[in-house]
Amino acid sequence: MPDVRLSGTGLTLAYDQRVVATDLSVAIPDESFTVIIGPNACGKSTLLRALARMLKPKAGAVHLDGGVITSLPSKEVARRLGLLPQTSIVPDGITVADLVARGRYPHQKLMRQWSKADEVAVTEAMRATDVAELADRIVDELSGGQRQRVWLAMALAQETPILLLDEPTTFLDISHQIEVLDLCADLHEEGRTMVAVLHDLNQACRYATHLIVMRAGRIVAQGDPGEIVTPELVHEVFDLRCEIIVDPQSGTPLIVPEARRRVSATAG
Amino acid sequence: MNVRVGPCSIRLAPRALIVGVCLILVAFAVTVAALSTGELAVPAADIVRALFGEGTPVAELIVSKLRAPRVVTGLMVGAAFGLSGAIFQSLTRNPLGSPDFIGFTAGASTGGILVVIAGGSAMAIAGGALAGCVLTAALVYGLAFRGGVQGYRLVLVGIGANALLLAVNSYLLTRANINDAATAGAWLTGSLGGRGWEHAIPVGLALAVLVPVCAALSRPMRMLEMGDDAAKAMGIRVEPVRAVAIAAGVLLSGVATAAAGPVIFVALAAPQLARRLTRSPGVTMGASALMGAVLLTGADLAAQRLLAPTQLPVGVLTAAIGGTYLALLLRKDRH
Ligand SMILES: Nc1ncnc2c1ncn2[C@@H]1O[C@H](COP(=O)(O)OP(=O)(O)O)[C@@H](O)[C@H]1O
Ligand SMILES: [Mg+2]
Repeated sequence: MPDVRLSGTGLTLAYDQRVVATDLSVAIPDESFTVIIGPNACGKSTLLRALARMLKPKAGAVHLDGGVITSLPSKEVARRLGLLPQTSIVPDGITVADLVARGRYPHQKLMRQWSKADEVAVTEAMRATDVAELADRIVDELSGGQRQRVWLAMALAQETPILLLDEPTTFLDISHQIEVLDLCADLHEEGRTMVAVLHDLNQACRYATHLIVMRAGRIVAQGDPGEIVTPELVHEVFDLRCEIIVDPQSGTPLIVPEARRRVSATAG
Repeated sequence: MNVRVGPCSIRLAPRALIVGVCLILVAFAVTVAALSTGELAVPAADIVRALFGEGTPVAELIVSKLRAPRVVTGLMVGAAFGLSGAIFQSLTRNPLGSPDFIGFTAGASTGGILVVIAGGSAMAIAGGALAGCVLTAALVYGLAFRGGVQGYRLVLVGIGANALLLAVNSYLLTRANINDAATAGAWLTGSLGGRGWEHAIPVGLALAVLVPVCAALSRPMRMLEMGDDAAKAMGIRVEPVRAVAIAAGVLLSGVATAAAGPVIFVALAAPQLARRLTRSPGVTMGASALMGAVLLTGADLAAQRLLAPTQLPVGVLTAAIGGTYLALLLRKDRH
């Protein structure tokens, strides 16, 4: 069992009366690239929000470095753990550089608002996400994909050793999806712990070192994608019949959905 | 631009700095004009003498007993409205989410009218206005609260409360006797006429406490504008920040209304103008406060001098300017 800085035990997660998960336990292996997948509305965002202290569990607790996360100083947590929420609001008229700079907030004090380290982190985050040439553009006026990369840059500027990303590839075209995932893989290689919610099973299998498969608020399977992803699992979780072959590029599982024969083809 | 002093470094946009300096200069010019012009012109050079009690007795009376407290009250009330508007527009992420639209000013009016009808003194009216504002805010906050307060819900509940309270206010006026109704009517327009140091001092004390609070709030509030989750991820304690911001905003508009009556549109327009001038993303406390001070004292000066010797209440002027401004704002948003 690898070390675990971030974990949740016996979590009951609910919004007012709507209970999303009960008795959910999860451990994010250190320095892993953990990917969470599951059908829509199964509670992926809810779990991520609980892990990042956005949502206080009704029962159980999330631990970060041995402490209960909700009782640690929030700004201190923000220097260790970052979250890119599924949706954020772009402030009116803000430029790319200003938005990315906001990622430095947890490192700043009222009397020390901008340091050399801030400058370096922001420049580096914009370079890594390929938004440096957009620096002076108004975020509202960017395409969805560009905007997503700006948000990602803000999360990167926060320079946290643990980074949680809720659907970082939504709104992106395929080449930018791969770019963002490659960037995540690079960050993971540099020693960061990455946790991402993804929709594409094949991308999840390719990039994850640890896969968490959820359905209806429960964790159905977790572990190395190559070991846990089977046609039975995909059918149980996504209600999809499929064949699994080896991804010729990466050697990871590749899900090929069963073709539904067209009526005209079978009728003949 | 970074300003470094020893271990301190503050990030300032050059544009915001220039706008701030310009607004201070304009406020200064308006102040000098307000002190020196009028029925008895006092040359600028004599103002200082009069203020320090070395001028002619008449100049002294007019400058330091009549004009100075009025302009000082105007500056501070304007700043308070500007700050209050900035806070609520930021919290609700809505240019119309200012205290004069979400019921707080109307609630202050209700408090003021009730005291007028009960025959209270000017000070009691101010107290009634402050109490009315705080009570309304507590009610709106309570009704909008669902495990936290979302901006849009605050606006919706507030607009409902506003409509209700305006109806209550009209009803109270129809039931009051003619003298009370006239007094209340005059107070309801909002005016700086006859304001003495006894009005200026409470506002000054309130600002001495609330301005530093606003300064501390401005960075966390800018984070809040990105949504609760994004702000929490940055280490903002969202609900405490929001609660303190609401309390500060309510007190600012309550104190301002208590001193000058429900002067409309300053809280709405000042933060918007400040943002457009500074081109700053998100809430700009300092520029909003300065803009509020300039707008209110400028409008009051115009209200006193434009149709002299007829003196208009400043509220009439801000309503006229504000109405035009609002129409322009809505027109622009349509495109
Ligand atoms: N703010 C909220 N208030 C109430 N219910 C919510 C809220 N956010 C999500 N839910 C509900 O919780 C369940 C899980 O949602 P979520 O975690 O967002 O799913 P997903 O796996 O698609 O990210 C859904 O049924 C959703 O409707
Ligand atoms: Mg989700």
